Amino acid sequence: MSLRTPLSAAKGLGSAREGAHHWWMQRLTSLALLPLTLWLAISIVMFPEMDYASAVAWMQTPVAAIAMSLLVISLFYHVQLGLQVIIEDYVGGALKIASLIALNFTCIVMVFVGLYSIIKVSF
Amino acid sequence: MSVSQRPLSPHLQVYSWHLTMALSILHRMTGVFLSFGAVALVIVLVSMASGADAYSCIHDALTHPIGLLFLFAWTFALYFHMANGVRHLVWDAGLGLGKKVASSSGWYVLAFAVLATAASWLSMVMGVLV
Repeated sequence: MSLRTPLSAAKGLGSAREGAHHWWMQRLTSLALLPLTLWLAISIVMFPEMDYASAVAWMQTPVAAIAMSLLVISLFYHVQLGLQVIIEDYVGGALKIASLIALNFTCIVMVFVGLYSIIKVSF
Repeated sequence: MSVSQRPLSPHLQVYSWHLTMALSILHRMTGVFLSFGAVALVIVLVSMASGADAYSCIHDALTHPIGLLFLFAWTFALYFHMANGVRHLVWDAGLGLGKKVASSSGWYVLAFAVLATAASWLSMVMGVLV
């Protein structure tokens, strides 16, 4: 006899109640980060000694501003997902909750600070 | 909590090291290390938004020998985590899970990380010198 309700069986999300969402988002963000981090690495390798004026001029190009924005968003989403799993593996009790809250807040703050800086340089 | 006297399951120390398990923990370690690199990237962006003085301050810190050491380590960590991440995506597709092929793909990942790091830094050093 199964103790699962018909609704939970139909949803098929398991005991964590979120299904494979975390796993899937980790894969999706990694796929997005593949071209974006390669773009950043190649950009830095091509212009390693950037002074302030040329760095700002580069960031003001639409491609750099948009790619950097996408990179900041997907990068900190990926960081949040990855570090969350590591915290859940090695940290327990109240410290675990505190670490997860700190991680989530830090990642969200980093995304907004990064996007604000990109936009400020761009306009 | 009472301490259980039951035998524990064998942990890492009883196994001999294999490439696959070394790369598995290296993937985690580079992931944590790269998270700090992500914060460093935001610091660079903030310095660009704050003006020439702030930017040159961050620029000096990153071109200091210790800063360069971090940049070099982040380069290797990035290329390794990237290639090993692709290896994981291939595994997720159900491919390359055999004992032999999982080992050889590990060597390819390591070779890519070393070669890409060397190529990036050689090209930068040559570019700055020329």
